[in-house]
Amino acid sequence: MKQVNTATHNTARARELLAMMERIRAFEEQAILAAERDKLVLGAIHPSIGQEACAAGVMQALNTDDILLSTHRGHGHTLAKGADALAMMRELLGREGGCCGGKGGSMHIADFGVGMLGANGVVGANITIGAGAAHGIKLMGDNRIVVDVFGDGAINRGPFLEGINWASVFELPVMFVCEDNQYSATTKTKSVTAGQGAAARAKSLGLKATVIDGNNVEAVANAADEIAARLRAGGPPEMLHLITYRRTGHTSFDPATYRPEDESAREEKLNDPIARQRTLLAGMGVSEDALDTIHQTAQTEMIAVLAKAAATPFPDDNTAFLDVQDTGSPAVEAF
Amino acid sequence: MVKMTYVEASREAVREMMHADKTVWCVGEDLGRGSVFGQYLGLQEEFGPDRVADTPISEAAIMGAAFGAAMVGTRPIVEMRFSDFALCATDELVNQIAKARFMFGGQSRAPMVIRKPIGLWRSSAAQHSQSLESWYVHIPGLVVVCPATPQDNYSMMKAAIKCDDPVVYLEHKNIWQMEGEVDKSLEVTLGKAAVRRSGDDVTLVSWSDTANKCVAVADRLATQNIHAEVIDLRSLWPWDKGTVLASVRKTGRLVVAHESVAVGGFGAEVVATVAEQAGDALRGPLRRLGAPRSLVAYAPNLEDQVRITEDMIEKAALETLGKSAP
Repeated sequence: MKQVNTATHNTARARELLAMMERIRAFEEQAILAAERDKLVLGAIHPSIGQEACAAGVMQALNTDDILLSTHRGHGHTLAKGADALAMMRELLGREGGCCGGKGGSMHIADFGVGMLGANGVVGANITIGAGAAHGIKLMGDNRIVVDVFGDGAINRGPFLEGINWASVFELPVMFVCEDNQYSATTKTKSVTAGQGAAARAKSLGLKATVIDGNNVEAVANAADEIAARLRAGGPPEMLHLITYRRTGHTSFDPATYRPEDESAREEKLNDPIARQRTLLAGMGVSEDALDTIHQTAQTEMIAVLAKAAATPFPDDNTAFLDVQDTGSPAVEAF
Repeated sequence: MVKMTYVEASREAVREMMHADKTVWCVGEDLGRGSVFGQYLGLQEEFGPDRVADTPISEAAIMGAAFGAAMVGTRPIVEMRFSDFALCATDELVNQIAKARFMFGGQSRAPMVIRKPIGLWRSSAAQHSQSLESWYVHIPGLVVVCPATPQDNYSMMKAAIKCDDPVVYLEHKNIWQMEGEVDKSLEVTLGKAAVRRSGDDVTLVSWSDTANKCVAVADRLATQNIHAEVIDLRSLWPWDKGTVLASVRKTGRLVVAHESVAVGGFGAEVVATVAEQAGDALRGPLRRLGAPRSLVAYAPNLEDQVRITEDMIEKAALETLGKSAP
């Protein structure tokens, strides 16, 4: 079982959190280049640039066999859960050796080997599935826990109510994480949402709900550690509401002209989770050189990952008919 | 052989499988009280409330949570009460359960039985009477079965629980109390039809309760010295093309009958396949019987307007032989 670190400013953990955020940022920067510059990512990708603290902070509270369900904006969560960056990049490029064999792409990325049971192309759909994974875990008598991540847009879908109610009445070990980037696709979430949002709605169903600055990775990590410890001790499901900001458009192709001109630039300048963590580490005595090395290491890794993924062949044509179903497989039954 | 009703047969199969495999569990509304039709009577007392779980009225969560539990290694039996209510969980079934194994490149399985009672059931009106089996056949990833007898409801339920694919299990509401002999040692392969009457003159293809009507029609035709072969497909995906094509090659005549709407129904798939692959063997016009593309009404006389009857099936069979009804 993971030891909960109660020290607020532990340098080793702080460096690890920065390193993970740098890796997520570098991965997505390369993915965006692969989409826009290289035309190698053919489908939509949904970057989480500016939201890396949520992924890094929450996932560090989990063990490899704990379960994660994620969203269409799930690269960061997946990487932070321990998935292999090259297998992920190959998946984005639809190549052989992609973590889903090139069949899922960015929106359906999954790595069951590290407990990541899938990103999801349908907003909010993973909320009930995550509750169910916890239900299965409880039925089998395991003490693993489940993190179920969704965005602020998902709280207006029915599965939000149904999934949280379910987890509560069956007393399931689920950490519901609302990664609130303030936009529902291209609409300001507040303009289409009654009441006070995810935490308030969860409280109305009897859950303990914690609201945290989602761009403060230390605060996110501490909150996630505390919730994970309570869940492992048999506690009821909880809500972690992380306030962050989506700096890109909905997809990498969306110029996001619908928002105030300086909003994203102001967030980048004043509220970048990576810059904030660098400042914290500098204050703890870590040199600029050491911080730059963390940055450069991530950049070097992901540049190599993209190059290697781009050099990988597409999957064999015949795999198009594999893994549909055993009974009535299309490999046997053409019509 | 044991005498059982249709509802007892699947209940007994579930009970035996729950004893045999500790990962099998049932989830749905009111299961502790047996559910709507008594399909689960006694099971909660026998296995406890964790393995026979009563849920909120949350179809999307029942389906979605069962799927999550399936992905971590359990084998849920999901109860939707009425196939009509299952539409509230369509995203979970069609976008999630059916696609997960493929989308995730084979990393996951969803070994689930999803029970959705179908069919006309006197004066249940438009939201409790539908037969939507052809919808599910259209979704790659799903297995679709429609048992018509106590024997098949026993054997197919066992096969469905053992199946590693998600199985949409469509029991017919009007035959819960149908009695029949059940041979517990009989195993079925999903995708294999049952030839319920053998004959050389005309092939009657059907499934679910309409297959029972076809058997009755075959008995009526026999009194006119016409020997119908009745093929109960039992499962619609996969479906037993081989048995149907061989029969039509023998009889040269085909009637397909089903309770669901004819337009876009699975009967069209059967007829098209026969026309393509055994058209040269046909010696009479193909006939396809299904409900008018209308809605099921409450008043009994109005409800009967969309019902496929034994008389209609008999008339169609005779027409393929160039005869008219007596």
